[in-house]
Amino acid sequence: MRMLSARLSSRRRSPLAGVVVLLLGLLVTGGAYALLSPATAQDSAAGDEALVSQGRELFLVGCASCHGKNAEGIVTQDGTQYGPSLVGVGAAAVDFQVSTGRMPMAQPGVQAPRKDRLYNEEETRQLAAYVASLGPGPAIPTAEQYDPETIPEEEREEAIVRGGEFFRTNCTACHNFAGSGGALPGGKYAPTLIGVEPKHVYEAMLTGPQQMPVFSDDVLKPEEKRDVIAYLQANEETPNYGGSALGSYGPVSEGMFAWLAGIGVLVGFAVWIAAHSTRSKKGVQQ
Amino acid sequence: MAIATNGKQAAKAEKPSKIGGAATWADDRLGLATIAKKQIRKVFPDHWSFMLGEIALWSFVVLLLTGVFLTLWFKPSMAEVTYMGSYDQLRGLHMSEAYASTLEISFDVRGGLLMRQMHHWSAMLFIAAMFVHMMRVFFTGAFRKPRELNWVIGGLLLMLGILEGFAGYSLPDDLLSGTGLRIADGLMKSVPVLGTYVSFFAFGGEFPGDDIIPRLYTVHVLLIPGLLLALIGAHMLLLVYHKHTQWAGPGRTEENVVGFPMMPVYAAKAGGFFFIVFGVTALMGGLMQINPVWRFGPYNPAEVTAGSQPDWYMGVAEGLLRIMPGWETELFGFTLSWNVFIPGVVAPGIIFGLVLAYPFIEAWITGDKREHHLLQRPRNAPNRTAFMVAMMTLYGLLWAAGGNDILAVVFNLNLNYITYFMRVAVFVGPVIAFILARRWAISLQRHDQEALLHGYETGVIMRSPEGAYSERHLPIDPARAYTLTARDRDQVYALPSGEDENGVKAPGTRRNRLRAKLSHYWFAHNVQKPTREELEEAREHAEHELAMHSGGHQHMPAGDYLGDHELDGHPADGHQFDGRHDVHGEELRKH
Repeated sequence: MRMLSARLSSRRRSPLAGVVVLLLGLLVTGGAYALLSPATAQDSAAGDEALVSQGRELFLVGCASCHGKNAEGIVTQDGTQYGPSLVGVGAAAVDFQVSTGRMPMAQPGVQAPRKDRLYNEEETRQLAAYVASLGPGPAIPTAEQYDPETIPEEEREEAIVRGGEFFRTNCTACHNFAGSGGALPGGKYAPTLIGVEPKHVYEAMLTGPQQMPVFSDDVLKPEEKRDVIAYLQANEETPNYGGSALGSYGPVSEGMFAWLAGIGVLVGFAVWIAAHSTRSKKGVQQ
Repeated sequence: MAIATNGKQAAKAEKPSKIGGAATWADDRLGLATIAKKQIRKVFPDHWSFMLGEIALWSFVVLLLTGVFLTLWFKPSMAEVTYMGSYDQLRGLHMSEAYASTLEISFDVRGGLLMRQMHHWSAMLFIAAMFVHMMRVFFTGAFRKPRELNWVIGGLLLMLGILEGFAGYSLPDDLLSGTGLRIADGLMKSVPVLGTYVSFFAFGGEFPGDDIIPRLYTVHVLLIPGLLLALIGAHMLLLVYHKHTQWAGPGRTEENVVGFPMMPVYAAKAGGFFFIVFGVTALMGGLMQINPVWRFGPYNPAEVTAGSQPDWYMGVAEGLLRIMPGWETELFGFTLSWNVFIPGVVAPGIIFGLVLAYPFIEAWITGDKREHHLLQRPRNAPNRTAFMVAMMTLYGLLWAAGGNDILAVVFNLNLNYITYFMRVAVFVGPVIAFILARRWAISLQRHDQEALLHGYETGVIMRSPEGAYSERHLPIDPARAYTLTARDRDQVYALPSGEDENGVKAPGTRRNRLRAKLSHYWFAHNVQKPTREELEEAREHAEHELAMHSGGHQHMPAGDYLGDHELDGHPADGHQFDGRHDVHGEELRKH
């Protein structure tokens, strides 16, 4: 040992010493980062165990501050929940919340708004696997469950009509007749459904995120959920009959346009007509 | 055709044209020319604000035209049918015949959707135009004697128009129609004692029943349109009888009307305006979707949608309902729903009563029993103007309260906070608006006074030999001065002495005391137009000012004006005042 250090010490002024130290430093930090950092897609062939443990790593960094280190939830001093327990919410809930960008939240608030997603698909899968491992819950639905394309062609029209009935009975009260969203008490809201992926609509019905009630498979069968999605998709595909939908907010926006566009233009015309008389010319005093 | 000038042959009457012939034929039998002769030369004054009522009139014509089209296909029946039309998302669904035929008009009748949308847009415009017209009449005091009854007719028209709109909104039997009818049902049921009976009578049993759509249809296409037509006729006959009001100005008095004759000027303007209104409505009907009933779905009492609102003219009632706290009283086992009865029945009753009674209330306060044909500028009746502004504020706030969920979702606001805010704002907002508008109007009166007594600001800045700067004022145009002074002086009602010489109290003293108090508040702060002496003194002063500069002297006694420039009231170009060169013989700019 003495010998080694002495030998090293004797070479510490060598012109190559700086380069060697630099290389060593880079190697150590790089290696340590690769080993210790939240693992990104490392091994696609890894089994469930690996997915869960990778998900746990991600969870501890990005989610535990609100949901607790074991996803048991955190209760504040005055008894309200800081972050709810995730035991038993299932992979579908994680997939919905994380891939629509709702989780992780940017700051605490009455409701998590939709935003750009923070975790990529692989990471979402890992997180979902970890949360699913905590307790039994709904799994991420498969394409044949939610995709309206899987409905046989001859049954599709009937499915759409049926889905419309379900939609009007269960969804319009909050999401509005056109799915353009609506207000709920206390600053909460039902978000717009226009442009939402079928998978996420299905997961939302299944897990009841934020203020939404759960439509379990006993309440609304999987194929009925798919019908609702088929109706929403049919609405998006049909053109706006009768012109611009004015935001699809109903009579309030129509009233606004009646005043601003209709009466505004007509009063403008009244001014124009009155300004043009047989004996009056603009710009010339009598 | 050559005209005979040699006098050898008697001139023959030309063969009448075909149109002339037809007109003579008709006149010989109907005698229209005698009536028309006077009316086609009827004079109307020219101002854009006098054309607002016309928007309503022409919208009504559009409503009649498009409405007749819709009746050809609409089936006012609540019988259940299976929809087999061409709208995919609803095919095979059970629905009422009314809703199915509305879908048929929208998707299977050529031009049907356009007609439906035009009908709906023009209903919105009809009522909006009536409101705008009413505001014009109110702000300018055109409802004063002898036009009070026409104001009342107008108020009834507005009320009937709103009812008619609501009936039409309910006819298609879609989800929004049904929700609206459910609210109407709730309003009826909130009336103590009578409520349930009224509701069962209207719906022919328990809500919704099978009767309401056919009944509303008769009301919508026959009863109310008939009343509207009759009242519009009366409204316009009275307009012709009273003659149109006009703005004050040189040559315009309480006894004449200055303007253009009906033929050809007004016939062309009004006729042209009809086509403009029709065109704008058609554009709106073609480009902007309204009431997409196919999206709402057929009415089902178990369903409701976010964004369930009435058309805008019922927005106030909706707002009142939405912000009312949930007060209820239980009395002998019966519940009195103040939370619905007060905002739904009492408040609209008070508002409409106030609107109809306003001309009489104002006349009582002011004690003004004279006829008025010259309009008042809004600033010259500060309290009236402020009252209307307060009402508009209240209206706007309630309207916004009726759309509180839409406001919350569009502007990311808290629904509850909007409601709490509105509960206070509907009381505070109008008061603030009243005070602001009143002071604003009085300030504008002072501005007029300033213009009359000190002239207008020329923008010419003068420097005196001492180095002080001042702006020159010049007298305003005499025509403008005439216009500004063509108004009556307000008279505060003086309380007659409470007792006569024998110590007997005069009748109605308490009422008169209230009236005197109100009259004092109404008029005491107004700026009265300057007296003759004040105007003469102002003119003398102006002449003196001009003389000082005209002669190049700085201190010439007042009245010693020696210059040869006439004070013609036209703006000066400023060179006269620059003091650097002799201005003798230089003319003030005349035009």
